[in-house]
Amino acid sequence: MPEALDRMTRFSPTHPPPGEMPRIKTGRIATLLHRNETLRGYLLMSPTLAIMTIGIIIPFIILLVLSFWTRQGFEFDTTLTLTNYRRVASEPIFGALLARSLWISGVATITTVALCYPMAYFVAFHVRRNKMMWLILITLPFWTSYLLRVFAWKVILGYEGVINSALISLGWIEAPLEFLLYSREAVIITLAHAWAAFAILPLYVSLEKIDKSLLEAATDLGDGPVARFFRVTLPLSMPGVIAACFLIFIPTTGDYITPALLGGPDGMMIGNFIQVQFGPVNNWPMGATLSIVLMLWICAIALVFLFVTRKAQERIA
Amino acid sequence: MTGSSAFISVRSVSKAFGRFLAIDNVSMDIAQGEFFSLLGASGCGKTTLLRMLAGFESTTRGEIFIDGQPMSPVPPHHRPVNMVFQNYAIFPHLNVRDNIAYGLRKQRLPRARRHEMVEEMLELIKLPGFGTRKANELSGGQRQRIALARALILRPKVLLLDEPLGALDKQLREQMQLELRALQRKVGITFVFVTHDQEEALTLSDRIAVMQGGQVLQVDTPAGLYESPNSRSVASFIGNMNFFRGTVRRNGAANAIIETEGLGAIPVPDSRFARPDGAAVQVALRPEKFAISPTKPDAVHAVQGRLANSAYLGERSHFYITIEGRGEPIAVSAPNHNRFVANAGSHAEDTPLWLSWSSDAIVVLDPE
Repeated sequence: MPEALDRMTRFSPTHPPPGEMPRIKTGRIATLLHRNETLRGYLLMSPTLAIMTIGIIIPFIILLVLSFWTRQGFEFDTTLTLTNYRRVASEPIFGALLARSLWISGVATITTVALCYPMAYFVAFHVRRNKMMWLILITLPFWTSYLLRVFAWKVILGYEGVINSALISLGWIEAPLEFLLYSREAVIITLAHAWAAFAILPLYVSLEKIDKSLLEAATDLGDGPVARFFRVTLPLSMPGVIAACFLIFIPTTGDYITPALLGGPDGMMIGNFIQVQFGPVNNWPMGATLSIVLMLWICAIALVFLFVTRKAQERIA
Repeated sequence: MTGSSAFISVRSVSKAFGRFLAIDNVSMDIAQGEFFSLLGASGCGKTTLLRMLAGFESTTRGEIFIDGQPMSPVPPHHRPVNMVFQNYAIFPHLNVRDNIAYGLRKQRLPRARRHEMVEEMLELIKLPGFGTRKANELSGGQRQRIALARALILRPKVLLLDEPLGALDKQLREQMQLELRALQRKVGITFVFVTHDQEEALTLSDRIAVMQGGQVLQVDTPAGLYESPNSRSVASFIGNMNFFRGTVRRNGAANAIIETEGLGAIPVPDSRFARPDGAAVQVALRPEKFAISPTKPDAVHAVQGRLANSAYLGERSHFYITIEGRGEPIAVSAPNHNRFVANAGSHAEDTPLWLSWSSDAIVVLDPE
């Protein structure tokens, strides 16, 4: 009897036979979105895209145009010219400043990544429980403002700071060490500390992703811990290393707070110079030119860096 | 197998993880060139034992000897064993050639010789011309073969395989089983193979160790395990089995008789077991050891029953038959020899039929 009932409902007049099913209604926009994957992608991106256009691309264009202007007294001469670029290329002060900036942030980047790698490695491979807590603890310095951290280092490295007074009271030195503060080293130490979290997080993510059985496989195939690190762990964490390097190198090259507070005359960087151009000197076109030149240098270095790491990765295998 | 001829010798080995005893006093010997399987359900300790052979886990107690050498002081990268991992662990940043040549670096061979060896391996695993493929361009079966080649190129004394066929689909798995067996015969390396698939273990192995709860229940050849299991656990883990309660009756005669529930008296030669009069035993009979017929067969041991259920499986049919004196129906698996079996699906419930068996098909076990 239930079977008969079932058969009846299946062929009841309210259910049209399969051939005459009502058409499924879809809106035109829905259809378009369903068919066009690119469009869907753009739609998803649109808020970001809008912010990027307004916040980055338009200012960048303004900066670019500005860099081809020149300053005439208190006015800007809006005729487009390469004068500023010629000055940057010919006057040695710009080159020296740029080279020093790239050097300082390059050393700071390498120092930071080298110091953070073991920490990230430890959390990824040796911490079993509460990994999140470890990561939060590591990024704890980031909970205070950048400026405060820089001042903290000033207190530590200063003429009568923590290190100097400690060393004097221990009797290891007679007079305070002067190179600690207002030097390139001071800038490098401060930058390395201030940007540590930017290195640890990408390094941790890339190390955490490494399949543990790959490490066992390398051991099984005869690699000791050192060989295994250079042949498997490091190459597989390379995306994290590259990301960490970029995340630190790019912002630190243009940084002006740390060099201004801790750098002294020797530690002055291009960022300070650009800030001065836009500020007291009131030579916006020159500041814009320097910003563009700095950007081009960073791009060039980034490309070379990417190329070299890729080659090295192929070689190491 | 005597201790002296053993190539791998596991001596009273235990492994504790905290308070959990993963391996409980296991001893076994594996001969050189043998295809040896560790078989058991997940969590039985088989993978732990394999990882102890590889050196990834230390032994809490006992010692493992390979080629006469105690292994506990030897770190994994110095052991004369190589492993094929369950997920194959192919290095994603290297191509096929560099994956296979990975372990050769230590031998400091000239580049040309290394290439030559890799090409030989690719030939052996039937993937010639795959050297420059990226790891992510490989199918599951190809990855499995490359993991195999990567280990075999080092000519290890022992190859450890951790469920290497588990991730493959049925057809590919059966093909790889045959290839693996052929390869093992060709290279002559001792294989220790971990699997939870009893059919796979039976197909591939020279000998099998059945494991449960960290202990080894029985070590025997596939036929030995199947035909004369030493316990109910082994009997029911490998294939299907019908168990009957029985009692030994000795009337001074040479052969004992086992009074078996539902099946009556079955004579058993003394050579098969030695138990006193009145001892309780279990009689075990595989489903395919029964013959089934609609009429009374011309056999010494036969019993009449009624059909409870049946299923047609193509080459064979399964019947569930209730007999008097036993609550649980007997499982019978019959090859598709005749019309009666072929029509398995169409026999009505309670159809009377006859079961027969030969007395040497029975296995006598201690009661649980």
